[in-house]
Amino acid sequence: MSDVRSPSDIKRDLAPKVQQVMTRYPTPRSAIMPALDLAQQMYGTVDGTIYQAVAELLDVPEIWVFEVASFYSLFDRTETGRHHLRLCTNLSCLLRGSDGLMQHLQQRLNIEIGETTRDGAVTISAVECLGACEIAPVLMLDGEYHGDLTEEKLDRLLSSCIDQPAKETS
Amino acid sequence: MSELVLLKNIQNPNAHRIETYENTGGYQGLRIALRDYAPDKVIEEVKSANLRGRGGAGFPTGLKWSFVPKDSPLPRYLCCNADEGEPGTFKDRILMERDPHQLIEGMIIAAYAINCRTAYLYIRGEYGLAIEHCQQAIDEAHALGYLGPHILDSDHSLEIHIHKGAGAYICGEETAMLESIEGRRGQPKLKPPFPAVAGLYDCPTVVNNVETLACLPHLFRRGGEWFASIGPNHSPGPKLFGLSGHVRRPGVYELPMGLPLGELLEDYGGGPLTGNFKAAIPGGVSAPMFPRDQFDIKMDYASLAEAGSMLGSAGVIGLDETASIPMVARRVTEFFSHESCGKCTPCREGLGWAAKILRRIEAGQGRQGDVEQLEMLCGGIFGKSFCALGDGAAWALGAALKHFRHEFDALITRKSMVG
Repeated sequence: MSDVRSPSDIKRDLAPKVQQVMTRYPTPRSAIMPALDLAQQMYGTVDGTIYQAVAELLDVPEIWVFEVASFYSLFDRTETGRHHLRLCTNLSCLLRGSDGLMQHLQQRLNIEIGETTRDGAVTISAVECLGACEIAPVLMLDGEYHGDLTEEKLDRLLSSCIDQPAKETS
Repeated sequence: MSELVLLKNIQNPNAHRIETYENTGGYQGLRIALRDYAPDKVIEEVKSANLRGRGGAGFPTGLKWSFVPKDSPLPRYLCCNADEGEPGTFKDRILMERDPHQLIEGMIIAAYAINCRTAYLYIRGEYGLAIEHCQQAIDEAHALGYLGPHILDSDHSLEIHIHKGAGAYICGEETAMLESIEGRRGQPKLKPPFPAVAGLYDCPTVVNNVETLACLPHLFRRGGEWFASIGPNHSPGPKLFGLSGHVRRPGVYELPMGLPLGELLEDYGGGPLTGNFKAAIPGGVSAPMFPRDQFDIKMDYASLAEAGSMLGSAGVIGLDETASIPMVARRVTEFFSHESCGKCTPCREGLGWAAKILRRIEAGQGRQGDVEQLEMLCGGIFGKSFCALGDGAAWALGAALKHFRHEFDALITRKSMVG
């Protein structure tokens, strides 16, 4: 999506917020993570054009930005669906049936882990501990937690994704 | 049931607002600390209360603060580690979502003790509600003069900034967290120098866990002596335990330390989901598990360390008789392998191989000698990397192999008999 945006468009969009973030740190490099986060909130994903724009805004080498974007798993460097469903598969969730729920998801959507449905509605990911083991099994859908999952609850969440065709970042 | 301290307002839906917090004694501890204690005396009081870190290592908090050089001309930093990611751990999320002012007040007191004017609160990126409530708490505290210049008309000034993580377990390791705040990949650094001497931006830095800092307002409002009177001498103060896995009542429980593991699982966790417990992990998946015949182990720093495990993050995971230990070991090892930052070869390569062998055993494709191979890998990883990630992985796997060798052997032998 950002191939239609030039680095200067992105810089214009991000500049006010990034400049504000920079005041919190003694070095501009510290603002790389927050700047990438702001870019992802705005455009949905981060890519080469965004690395260039962030690097120019902060006056740091572009490789520093790429290093950060490629290390941290919450930065989406490839296009995801309009809804991103991250199911925790770590121990406390596994003990309460997250493996069965993952199979159910894959069958219902007819996709593998890490893939997006053909209509672009939903991406599913298997993730490490979300830190909400008291409501295991748990997932994060577009940034919100949903716990004590059952197949019926999953189905209701999936219907809500399919009924809401767009989210604000697309 | 003992008095609740950290969770006393947890059922109040407005506990995250400053009015609620102030009405139940909030910010009194800070007033007392600023009025009655010089920074050195704050450190002395925390030392005498014997507050120990709630993040995992259990290091004495006052002692950690005392390592910050008094004569350094450099600025000092305080970083709160809220990158809670140890599987089975969720206590800090609950504190930040429901009653975040305890943490903010604790950070202001800690910053006063080490003469720090800028603090960072590193919260994992997944914790959206915690980030929102902590930012709101910071803004509310600012508006009432608890943050900013000349706090409560004293010489103490402080700004707290939230730094949002982006999905990396390793950033819970303190030097990796500091790298992350500096805008780098989260890879641990060799110690020494310790952060107290050369930490964030090479300046003296203290890194404390959320629950540790949240203890401070109570400690100063009611005194170090009161704090030290809760629980056993060597492990005092209120403590949060997270119960999850095969227990009927998963959740966060505030209890004094020193209760037997079995009592925690049965009386608070409500017992196993199915049949009997087989084993339990006492402090997040890095902490070696105990089989049921050792459930009389006391849940405190000293007793668990003596028994070859650790209190860690106090995230207790119950495993009932339906749990396959080779499956548990495989999933936990895959987690560590995935989260290894890749810097040190023993951790990066060793955990990948261990996960591969464990997958093979679980699938019924195990070979004679696989358990010995895993034990050899554990020995090759433990103590041979910069940080504790590989140690925890090897330690946890080693305990599963030691206590439940027969389950691994059964999967391997079954295959040998068939084919």
